[in-house]
This record gives sequence, structure tokens and C-alpha cells, in this order.
Amino acid sequence: MGVFENVSTYGAQVDSLYLLVLIVTGVAFFLVEGVLIYFLIRYRHREGHRAMYTHGNRRVEIVWTVIPGFMLFGLAVYQYSAWTQIKIDRPNEAEAVVLSLEAEQFEWYAAYPGSDGELGTDDDIGSPVNVIHVPVNQPVIIRLTARDVLHSFFVPVLRIKQDAIPGTTIPVWFEATQPGEYEIVCAELCGLGHYRMRAFLTVESETEFQAWLAEMAAR
Amino acid sequence: MSKQKATPSHDGNVAHDGAHAHEHPPLSFWRKYVFSTDHKVIGIQFLFTALFFFTLGGLLALLIRTQLAWPWEEIPVIGSLFYAESGGIMLPENYLALMTMHGTIMIFFFIIPVLSGAFGNFLIPLMIGARDMAFPVLNMLSYWVIVPAFLVLLAAFFVEGGPPAAGWTSYAPLSALPDMVPGSGTGQTLWLVSLILVGTSSIMGAINYITTIVMLRAKGLTMFRLPMTIWALFITAVLVTLATPVLASALIMLLLDRTIGTHFFLPDGGGHPVMWQHIFWFYSHPAVYIMILPAMGMASDIIACFARKPLFGYRPMVYSIMAIAGLGFIVWGHHMFVSGMNPTLGLAFMTSTMMIALPSAIKTFNWLGTIWRGDLHLTAPMFNALAFVSTFVIGGLSGVFAAATPVDIFIQDTYWIVGHIHYVLFGGSLFGVFAAIQYWFPKMFGRMMDDRLGKWHFFLTFISFNLVFFPMFILGAYGMPRRVADPYEYQLFAPLQPLNQFMTISAYVLGASQLILGYNFIWALVRGPKAAQNPWYANTLEWVAPSPPPHGNFETIPVVYRGPYEYASPLVTADYLPQHQQLDGLEPAVETKPVQKTAISPASR
Amino acid sequence: MTVTYPTEANEQPFPGLAIQKFLMWLFLASEVMFFTGLIVAYIVIRFNSSSWPVVAEVLNVPLVAANTFILICSSVTMVLAFDAFERGQLERGRYFLIATMVLGIIFLSIQAIEWDELIGHGIVASTNLFGATFYTLTGFHGAHVTGGVLWILGVTIAAFRGHYGENPIGVEVLGLYWHFVDLVWIILFTIVYLI
Repeated sequence: MGVFENVSTYGAQVDSLYLLVLIVTGVAFFLVEGVLIYFLIRYRHREGHRAMYTHGNRRVEIVWTVIPGFMLFGLAVYQYSAWTQIKIDRPNEAEAVVLSLEAEQFEWYAAYPGSDGELGTDDDIGSPVNVIHVPVNQPVIIRLTARDVLHSFFVPVLRIKQDAIPGTTIPVWFEATQPGEYEIVCAELCGLGHYRMRAFLTVESETEFQAWLAEMAAR
Repeated sequence: MSKQKATPSHDGNVAHDGAHAHEHPPLSFWRKYVFSTDHKVIGIQFLFTALFFFTLGGLLALLIRTQLAWPWEEIPVIGSLFYAESGGIMLPENYLALMTMHGTIMIFFFIIPVLSGAFGNFLIPLMIGARDMAFPVLNMLSYWVIVPAFLVLLAAFFVEGGPPAAGWTSYAPLSALPDMVPGSGTGQTLWLVSLILVGTSSIMGAINYITTIVMLRAKGLTMFRLPMTIWALFITAVLVTLATPVLASALIMLLLDRTIGTHFFLPDGGGHPVMWQHIFWFYSHPAVYIMILPAMGMASDIIACFARKPLFGYRPMVYSIMAIAGLGFIVWGHHMFVSGMNPTLGLAFMTSTMMIALPSAIKTFNWLGTIWRGDLHLTAPMFNALAFVSTFVIGGLSGVFAAATPVDIFIQDTYWIVGHIHYVLFGGSLFGVFAAIQYWFPKMFGRMMDDRLGKWHFFLTFISFNLVFFPMFILGAYGMPRRVADPYEYQLFAPLQPLNQFMTISAYVLGASQLILGYNFIWALVRGPKAAQNPWYANTLEWVAPSPPPHGNFETIPVVYRGPYEYASPLVTADYLPQHQQLDGLEPAVETKPVQKTAISPASR
Repeated sequence: MTVTYPTEANEQPFPGLAIQKFLMWLFLASEVMFFTGLIVAYIVIRFNSSSWPVVAEVLNVPLVAANTFILICSSVTMVLAFDAFERGQLERGRYFLIATMVLGIIFLSIQAIEWDELIGHGIVASTNLFGATFYTLTGFHGAHVTGGVLWILGVTIAAFRGHYGENPIGVEVLGLYWHFVDLVWIILFTIVYLI
């Protein structure tokens, strides 16, 4: 995250949340480990020295319970909107490119609605195996399912991941911001070929996308 | 009038006093060493068995690392031994079997048995001033139920199709359908049977431990005078009692899907794959606390002892353990954020998961408070206990990223998670185990391990451990997925191979470093200097018994007058004041002359 | 069997509570969680299912209602058995133990008839999820009843050998288990047969 490119509209939000957690935990890390090392050196045994006899301090306990408590709770609530936006809300289907994606040991099968505008009908346009094309700067909704066991649709540059479940269709949405060819990774153990269940997402202009779709329809 | 048996059974705490108050005809070898009902023998049986599985699990890990560094290349020596048919090269099914068995063995056959089975058994009666567990026969049976579990799982290596290959998490439908992956045949069934047996053994032990801790404490040993080790083992036992049976129900349903054709988790018959995950993780999340709490308790006791200072915040520490256990039952969905579970639940589980970081943070601060202004004796057990704290912190902090659901979308099923779990389990539990072994070895075996060797082991382990596992967070931030035999098939991850190679070499160093501990352990067993009764000048009751304790543990059951952390007490000149020590006025009532040269000596004034 | 209570050497948090009874409560807690796993799975499956059979048509509800009554009666006889032993009425105690065992066996027999009828209708565990959950729930319950019946047999034999006169803890602990098994059945009967 930030380690490579983000080509998703909500990707920047995910990356900044990652950075926020990194800063908060980073500060905590350096503080705690620093204190630990300092104490190790400062309070190591020396002849004639006796430890301080204390069983604790109530005030300090309250402080270091309440402050982290609020921070953690705040951190959770702060992220509600990002999660909601990515996983709960969805663009209007009428305004999005809709396709179905079915995962099967060990390949991905995408299909697009044909001229009837409906998926799951005879005039659906099949994509070559392991290939998905989408137009840039348009919301895309994938109806994700699996044909045999669990798989997971993971596109690192889009910051999206969703398990594919046989017997269930799950909508996954994204909007790509940059043309290119990107790898799709299977992220749920699905058997022997799990390691090579690789597919390719091509993001292209609307014209190119329509042309490609027409070409696929002709086949 | 019920008949008095000639050889009174050891069921229950029959009121004994005086050494060897029960007359025994001498026990046969089998009754004394194999089917012993003495908690110390049973504890040691668990210890040795667990250490065997630790070694096996570790070797499997080295093989996994080898594949990740040099995929599909001929492996020297091991390759010709195990992969001869494929020219000494690991195959994908081998890889999946390796990672499944590595996880399964480490969790169910090493960590849980060593913490609860070995240390739980050995320490509980001693630390509470009892002669044995409440139900010694049940205790013996709990070990002999786990032995068939071990054999069944080991058998999985040798059956057709090989060991299970669906991961230790065994998600359906992959694990439910015998044809979906090799190893999904007999191997998977054996795995299920084995785990059912392990769970049974755990529950048998847990209900015994709870009964013993509640009912058989010595006079004066109120609950809030118990050492943290006992509190932790107690609450862990409650977790085991309540959570493990739920795993059993899931394992049984999966077994039925595989054997008699039910469709609990199979969509073809109307079943629900995600339901497996819910029921599995309802147990397996508390399970991770089962795997860490005892180590937390032991670390507290060891740190207080070698800091020569009372534990900071005893009650908050106890309540934190309770909070971790309680909250542990309502966070399971954080393993399932992208599983297809209702996403609204993601909000709830994110919140509860963030909150469960809080009690662990409190504990960390209290450990720091304990060493603050202490008198730190940096022995090998102390180093290991402090490493527990420092690596557990990293593990916990890395978990905050996973709890953050939008971030988890990216890092779920990547090496971030693998790094997180190994920091809490290896960094946490395992360093805790290393500390505990070296700390209680004198009590268990009546001899001292070598502290210098212990430190060498520690430093090499600590450094190489961090070199292996910290980079996993980098891999995870790149999105490198887990359970993938060759990540470099993806252009995205091809640049990560050099880092993986570095990690693998560090792993070899890590593995080799364990030989130092192994050598130290075995050498000490046969040639270690004889241990004093209380070589660490500690306060808790196990140090009242001889090293090692005889059958029946104590000459006279001690009476307790205070809590376990009266180090540096102003009441005495010595820097410790045992729980059972009676004080007349303010005279020092403890020996100030060390029996032998040990790593620490009581500070005078 | 030797009964053990914590002594003066112990803290005695619950004076008068035998450790066997404490252990049994803990064991029952684990059993509750086991059945909870199965029951929750059943509830999730059933209420997500669009094609669940009408229970009254497939299962013989009146017969099983009677069977439930029989099991409840066996809990009553179990209480009476324990009560008798507590009062030192050993003969009465033994007879009630036998009565409990007989009622338990009748329960199991009627369960077997139920199963036989259902198999006759072509519904086995693999047929559909109704079958899977039905047989799993009633099967594991039946296994627990069977274990209980065997345990009653053992206790009865011990009673005939003169045990429990001094201290009926063995009967009491068995009673706890038996009541638990009965309670689970009442829940199962409600959620499988009645709802």
C-alpha cells in the first residue's frame, strides 16, 4: 500500500488509513520498545541496590486504560465510512458496467451482458479465460461467485479483495482510475493450482472497451 | 459402610498430611512412569511429547521456507529422501501438505499441550499448595487420549493421498470434498479424528484444572493471592471448556459431510461454506488466547522474580486476562472480513477487535511498570520473558492493521497475517515457553540448565527470529499471498524473491539455534549441577517443595500469608518474602546464604 | 467411592460442595457448548432454507411427545432415587435407579422406531439438510442417553453391592448428568419437532 500504485478511487482512502495506523502503532512501538530497552539498561542489577517496593499505581492504570481505549475505539469508528463505502454501498447498477466473474479450480471466467442488458442470458458475452476488461473512470460491479470451492478475487492495485463462494453471488465494486494491465491474484487456498490462479485485468478507454466487447461478442 | 481400598486411590484431595501419608506398595514401571497419575510425571510426558512435535513442526517450516526461497529447485538431501519421485523437487501438493501440517502440529500438538498440558499440569498443584490435581486418574487419561491423537495425525503422512492439504483452518468446501485436492482424502479424515481426540484431551484437562484451582488451594491462598501463572492457566482452562466443544461440533459436521454425505457446508445440497468459518473461528479465536494467556502469566511471574520487584498492577493484570478471554468470544469475525459474511458485521467485529487490543496494552504497560525501578537480574529466563513482551507488542500492533477492516481488505490472506501470527505465537508464546523451561527446569528435574548457553540460545534466536518474521510485514504490504507455493508466478511478487531468500537463510539460523537449547536441556538432564530448593529465591509455593518434588509434593501443606509478589519487601532484609513464610516480628525468616553459585543471589539491603 | 471435600488444609470456597459435583458442572458446561454448536448450525440452516419439510408430516410428533414425557419421568425417578439414598433407604433407591434405566431404554427404543420410520420414508442424513440436522442432533443426543443408561447400569450394580449408603455423591453426580440430557432433549424437541 503506497508500495505500489493505486489505481482505484477508494484506494487512496485505504492507503491513508494504513498510514494512519502505521503512525499510531509506530509511535506506540518506539515508545514501548524504547522504554523497555532503557529500563533494561538503567535498572540492571548493581551490588547493594534494591528494587523499589510498589504494587502499582491506580491513577496511572486509569490513564493508560482510558487513553488507549478511546484511541482504539476512535480508530474503529473512524474507519466505518471507508468500509461502508467499499463493502456495503454500491454504485447504481444502471450507471455501472456489470459483469459476472466465476472462479473455478484454477481459472477465472468472466461474462458480460449481451444486447439484452441482462446477465445470465443466452446472449451473454464470454471473456477469454483469465481475462477481464473494464473501462477506465467508470464504476464496475462484478457479480462474483465460484463453481467449486472457495477462491478469492484480489486485485492489489485496486485495493480490493473478496472471497468467491460457490452457491452465492457477491457484488464487488470498484472504479479504476488509470489504464493498464493489472494482475488478479487468487487469495483463498483452493487446491493444487492455487499458486498459479492468475488472471489479468485490463483497464482501457471506453472506446477500446466497447471495441473489445464487440470483438468478443463476434466470437 | 463403603469398603476401604487397600491401596487408596488418589481421587480427590484425601486429607493427607505428613510426607507419604499413604502407604503404597511400590508401583510397577508402567504405573510409575507410563500410566502415572502424578501430575508432575504427566506434565513431563506432555513436555517431551510437545518438544518432539515442536521439532517436527519446525522442520516442516524450514521446508516451506526453502520452497519460498528457491521454488521448484532440487532440495539437497531432504529432496532425495522425501521427494525422490519428483527428482528431489517439492510438488504443489507437498507444499500444501507441509503448511497444513506445520500449522496443525504447532498449534494442537506443541503450543497448547506445552502450555496447558506440560506447565499447567506440573505447576498448578505445586503453586497452589496441593498434593496433586483433584482427579489424578482423569489427568492420566487426558495424556493417554492425546497419544492416539498424535499417532492418528502422524499416520496422515503415510496414507494414500498424503496429509491434509487444506490448511490448518480446513475451509469447506475444499476440505469437505475428497477430490478437490490430494490429501483431501484419508489424510483430511485422519486430521479431523485427531483433532477431535486432542479437543477431548484438552477438555478433560481443563475441567480438572479449574476444579483443582478453585477447590484445592492451600489455606490462606485466596484467589487474589494466586500467582499470575495460575490465574492465566485458570482462565485458559475456562476458555478451553467453553470454546473447544464448539470446535468439536464443527469437526463432526465436516466429518459427516465427508463420510456419510451430509451437506452442512456444501452448497450443492443447500449447505453453507461460510458457516464452517463461523463455527471454526468461534473456537479458534479463543484458541489463540488459549495459546498466549499461560505464557503471559508465566512471563509475569518470571519478570517479577528477576526484577526482584512486585508485579505492577496485579489486579489490573488479572482483570485484563479476564477481559481478553471474555472479549475473545466476540471477535471471531475478524478472520472473515472478506469471506462474504454480511459486511455490516464487519463494523461490529472491527470495533470489538480494536477493543481487545486494550487489555493486552494494559498488560504491556504493567510489565514495563514491573521492571521500572527494579533490580534486574538478566538471566536467560528473564531475557526470554522480556523478549516475550517486546515481540508480543509487535505482534499486537500488527494486529491493529488487520483489525482495521478497510486495510484488512488488502492484507487479509497475505504474509502480513503470517507475520502477525508468528510474532504473537513464536515471539509471544514460544519465548514464554523458553523462559518457562529454563526457569522451572530446576524444579522439574532437580538440576540447573546452563545460563550462559541459555543466553547464547536467546540472542541467536531473538535476532534470527526478527530477521525471518519482520520482513513478512513488508511482503504483506506488497500483497504477497500466503499458502502459495510459488508467489513469483505473479509479476507483482517476483521482486520479492531475494527478500524471501534472506528470510529463509535466517530461518536456517533460527532452526540451528534451537540445537543450543536442545543440547543445554539434555546436558542438564544428565550432568547439570544439582539444583537447590529455591535457586531463584522466588516467592511462590512450588519453590517450597524439594527439587524435584517427591510424590505428594510437600512434607506439610504450606499455609499462605501473603501474595506472591513480595519482592523487595520492607519487612525483611532479604529481597524476597515467600508466600508461606511466617514472620514473627520483623526477623528475616529466609535463608540468606546461597546453597550454590547461581545466576542471582539475594540482594542484601 | 471416596468422597472428597476440601479440608482444613484448603481454602474451602464452597463449604460442603464435593469436588465431583463441581467437576460435573464444568463437564456439563462443555456439553452445553457442544450442543450449542450443533443447534446454532441447525437454526442457521433451517432459517436460511427455502424448502424445509413440514415437520408434522414427516415426523411422528405425538409419539415423540409421549417419548419426551417418558424422559421427563425418568428424571423424576432419578430424583427419587437420589432422595432415597440420601435418606438411607437403599432398597428404594435401587428400585428407582432401575426404573430410570428402564425409562431411558424405552426412550431410546422409541427413538429407534422414529429413525426407522424416517428411513423408511427415504430420508437419511445425506438426503437433504433436514435429514442431516435431524439425525445429527437426535443421534448425538441419543448417544448421550446411551452413555447415561450404561452409567446408570454401573451405578445400579454398585448400589446392589452396598455403595451410596454412606454418601450418595455418585448418584447425585449421575443425576446431574441425566437431568442435563433431559433438558437438552426438551430443547431439541421444541426446535426440531414443534417449531
